[in-house]
Amino acid sequence: MSKKKILSVKDLNLIHGKKPCGRCLELTGPEVESNICPVCGSIVACADISFDLNEGEILGIVGESGSGKSTIVQCLYFDVRPTGGEAYISCFEEGKVNIFSESSQKKRYMRSNLMGIVYQNPQRGLNFDFSCGGNIAEKLLMAGIYNIKKIRDRSTELLTKTEISTERIDDPPGNFSGGMQQRVQISKALANNPAILFLDEVTTGLDVSVQARVLDLIRQLQRQLGISMIIVSHDLRVIRLLAHRTIVMKNGRIVEMGLTDQILEDPQHKYSQLLVNSML
Amino acid sequence: MNDMNDVLKRKNRKYNFGFIDENSKREIRRKILKAVAIPGYQVPFGSRELPIARGWGTGGLQITLSLIGPDDILKVIDQGCDFSVNAVNLKRFIQKTTGVEITEDTLKATIIQTRHRIPEEKMGENQILVFQVPYPEVLRTVEPSEAVTREMHAEMNYSKLWVYLYEEIVKWGEITIGARYPVKVNGRYIMDPSPIPRWDVPKLHMAETLYLFGAGREKRIYAIPPYTRVEPLEFDDFKFNVESFDGKACSLCGSTDTFLDEIFNSETGQKTYICSDTSYCSKVSARKKVSHE
Repeated sequence: MSKKKILSVKDLNLIHGKKPCGRCLELTGPEVESNICPVCGSIVACADISFDLNEGEILGIVGESGSGKSTIVQCLYFDVRPTGGEAYISCFEEGKVNIFSESSQKKRYMRSNLMGIVYQNPQRGLNFDFSCGGNIAEKLLMAGIYNIKKIRDRSTELLTKTEISTERIDDPPGNFSGGMQQRVQISKALANNPAILFLDEVTTGLDVSVQARVLDLIRQLQRQLGISMIIVSHDLRVIRLLAHRTIVMKNGRIVEMGLTDQILEDPQHKYSQLLVNSML
Repeated sequence: MNDMNDVLKRKNRKYNFGFIDENSKREIRRKILKAVAIPGYQVPFGSRELPIARGWGTGGLQITLSLIGPDDILKVIDQGCDFSVNAVNLKRFIQKTTGVEITEDTLKATIIQTRHRIPEEKMGENQILVFQVPYPEVLRTVEPSEAVTREMHAEMNYSKLWVYLYEEIVKWGEITIGARYPVKVNGRYIMDPSPIPRWDVPKLHMAETLYLFGAGREKRIYAIPPYTRVEPLEFDDFKFNVESFDGKACSLCGSTDTFLDEIFNSETGQKTYICSDTSYCSKVSARKKVSHE
């Protein structure tokens, strides 16, 4: 596997609060087991987040609820604005420009051309007023493809890939089961061959057999297309199945980062040990 | 200003020339200038109270009243017709408060206020066409929130509108929008051209005339300056087309190259067609009569 960096994140942090006191970062974290600042009450959603994502790699982020896993992905997909920090994407301005400092037009360009996201809740990733084909078309239209035939062909191709009957291309996603909606979301996210794909708790809430199919699909797509992915999950089994490297988070901080096998076999941090030991 | 005062004195009016006070007119003119400077962009303005209810052409009316001078010649049309209720009311009101000359001749008018049509005769550089607009926001069909649509315009994020058109084609095999067909102005803003039929949309492109759009209820002014690119939204493999009147002709003047209204006779069950632009129709009829004689 090539070691070329595709995404590089430096000191990303997000603090929720009207007036952070300035000491929020030192007074919170896994040492004090809290991400609420005792002085000003601000919530440190994530802080001191630095990591690299290599080309074709799957990076897992694991941690308990509220540990800031999803916050990282939401910041990178520009759903929320981080308080501080930098991120660079190698295929945007040759990786020399901090993507957070860009204009909203440029951010939109990155979202529609370089990134894809699959949310835990399909309501968030899909527009239920549009048909399933329309949802995929939206992503293609965003990237400036104004050709009905090309759009139809690409949608059909993606639906076939994600094992959805192409006869249902014009059905609204509201008529689909949860697992199918998730696969439509994946189709939409893949529409423009994104350089980076974010998967935020994609299998949570699906029954085990459907979970297996979705995970299988992700693994297959990764192998075929070589997309770099960040997978957020609280489920270590998902991480074990997919991720090459893993980040363990607690109270908004990274407590451990390393090869997935290594973290599962020989966890260093107290919390990682707890996490591995409590795996069913 | 002196001219205006003379007119006022001569006619001994109780209102300011053009009903609206001069400061308000100036505000509206400033907003028009901004609209002309940013083609297709909706400029908010303080829509004034008028003795006509909002929704009855007050946006267009305020533009007309702010621009009109004593030497202007005015024409008002409603769906192409000079004599329908809305047109007659507006015309009377403007004449009563300004004393300007009124005409039905498209080529003679300096300002034409219109509801839902562009005249058939080609207008020139020295004329202004003022549209009455019910719904200025082209994105309203796909997005209910004003805050969001403004952001979408700012970011040129028009994908939702495109998906709407895509779904139309997938569902019906064609784009079913009859009037208010969305257009892209000067390669930047997507704009609602007011409920003109598709027939009139090509006339917006590279026109010699200044087009001004006023929405009184929604408090927006926008514009297409002369010689501006105006392109209807279309797909590479699904082109925009205008209404077809193949094999049909106006039953009054015989024109085959105009936008036709269908007239249904409920007694005989017969369908006939007449020009929607009535003044053009009578012009052609008169010309034919002369040549016959």
